[in-house]
Amino acid sequence: MQKKEWPLWEVFIRSRNGLDHKHCGSVHAPDATMALQVARDVYTRRLEGVSIWVVKASDIVASDPDAKPELFDPAEDKIYRHPTFYQLPDEVNHM
Amino acid sequence: MSEHDITRAEHIEYVLRLADNVLILGQRISEWCGHAPVIEEDLALSNMALDLIGQSRLLLTHAGELEGKGRDEDQLAFLRVERDFRNVTLMEVPNEDFGRTTVRNFLFSAFQVLLWDKLSASTDRALAAIAAKSLKEARYHLNHSAEWVIRLGDGTALSQQKTQAALDYLWPYSAELFADSPVDAAAAAAGIGPAWSALEAEWEALVLPVLAEATLVVPARTPFKSFGKFGRHSEHMGHLLATMQYMQRTYPGAQW
Repeated sequence: MQKKEWPLWEVFIRSRNGLDHKHCGSVHAPDATMALQVARDVYTRRLEGVSIWVVKASDIVASDPDAKPELFDPAEDKIYRHPTFYQLPDEVNHM
Repeated sequence: MSEHDITRAEHIEYVLRLADNVLILGQRISEWCGHAPVIEEDLALSNMALDLIGQSRLLLTHAGELEGKGRDEDQLAFLRVERDFRNVTLMEVPNEDFGRTTVRNFLFSAFQVLLWDKLSASTDRALAAIAAKSLKEARYHLNHSAEWVIRLGDGTALSQQKTQAALDYLWPYSAELFADSPVDAAAAAAGIGPAWSALEAEWEALVLPVLAEATLVVPARTPFKSFGKFGRHSEHMGHLLATMQYMQRTYPGAQW
């Protein structure tokens, strides 16, 4: 007998209007409509959100964990890219 | 339309019917907690059970206040005997399998969406407020169960066969929802709520297209009748109540 697993969907919840959708977990569901419904049932039981996105996990293109050295390490010694490197006039707040 | 068109007893009876339907189905669905086919659906069913039990608490409290004998929601839920429950038999028959649970949730949620919508204009203002809150919950229950009915019915050969068997089993019980009674007539005359029989055409318009999309064959109506809402229940009701009530009956007044 052929056994079929439901695809995995990544769930993103927007907690309030004006905020970003944030990744909060994943669900298994046969299709997009059901994925949205079960995401609602699993992740918004305690008023966590006002909007849900689901994305098929297989549709997410991710960077290779083994490529960390060449992708991210070179930024380590470029601290001048941080805005904090610059002297700001006192009138500029909240940088 | 006035209060005088309905007796206090009829008013209580109408509210108890609403309350017992959601209480008994809530109890049935809660049996899935920890047993659903997948954890996502386990939560979905538990959520629905909690919605229904929440509705029943409000309705039972309201019924107790109408009665005016000091009975609260707990006394009405846990200390009434089988004959005093007014839920339709459809609510108490066993879950059997995920297909039957899903089809029942679908048939009943469609009915509830129509009923709550009408009840939100009730002359009984407490009931109207409960209806407005519950309508949102019922809409989601209908949505979710309809999506499942379509996927199970128009699914594999096995899921189709099980879902059709569920529909064949449940369909005769659905007739009771629309059976007329003096309580319905009085409630309609007083503007408390619609006679349930008046919802049948709208219910079919909601239910039949989904069943068709699910490739399910709707059984013909038969002379079969059930009488749960008149207090005459199936053999399953006593077992359900034994499970639901034993704690309060063994330890009266227990709280946690």
